[in-house]
Amino acid sequence: MARALINVPPKAKRGEVIEIKTLISHTMETGFRPDNTGKPIPRDIITDFVCKYNGQEIFRAELFPAIAANPFLTFFTVATESGTLSFEWTGDSGFSATESVNISVE
Amino acid sequence: MTRQDEPLSRTRRRFLLEAGAIAGAAGIGLPRGSEPAAATPASMRAAIRKIVGEAPLNRGKIKIDVPALIENGNAVPFTVSCESPMTESDHVKAIHVFTEKNPQPNVISVQLGPRAGRASVSTRIRLADTQKVVAVAQMSDGSFWSDDVEVVVTLAACLEGT
Repeated sequence: MARALINVPPKAKRGEVIEIKTLISHTMETGFRPDNTGKPIPRDIITDFVCKYNGQEIFRAELFPAIAANPFLTFFTVATESGTLSFEWTGDSGFSATESVNISVE
Repeated sequence: MTRQDEPLSRTRRRFLLEAGAIAGAAGIGLPRGSEPAAATPASMRAAIRKIVGEAPLNRGKIKIDVPALIENGNAVPFTVSCESPMTESDHVKAIHVFTEKNPQPNVISVQLGPRAGRASVSTRIRLADTQKVVAVAQMSDGSFWSDDVEVVVTLAACLEGT
């Protein structure tokens, strides 16, 4: 299981725009690099990232090999209600990771 | 004392300039020609056309924030933001980022909605060469807006062995 770091403010005011920072450990092998025998190393990247707020999708990203290793993504959302933010990464060779954090909105 | 140092530092400066010129002339730096699968400006335009279709591509609204001079192309801090009220009737639907000379033109495509609150995304990208980076925003009314920046990369990403 890849290690993921999420940074979300634990508390927010209703209607406030909050910043969400995510980081996951992954090599993001591009598929364009040769190994030391000259054969290309097969591509191994995270291709999709989805963030859901209480089950409703609020952000989705499609990643390409041009994203640096250990993909870092920062985006925003409106704090609407208390609940859970869930994050899901999927990628090549069956890679999948999930993470979730709670947020309380007053 | 300082006056005495001057001729020396001047020669040094000239030497560095000349060394730079020779390196440039010899094409030291990036093996541009040997990159087999490099995206060209044409393939980047094709990738943009695939998203935009026949709709006109306007300039403005969207803004790329990236350092103009990059020492290490392996992880370049990159932010793209778009002016929009982000309401149900007027919001940014998607942001796409492209490069000219990376092996593939696409970098990232994100989908947003009115619940994003602010149309701004940051990440870290790889840049294989000194090149142009283009961002395209798709609005909820179907219009497309773009911005491009020229970036200078001194150490390119993942070109070892090519």
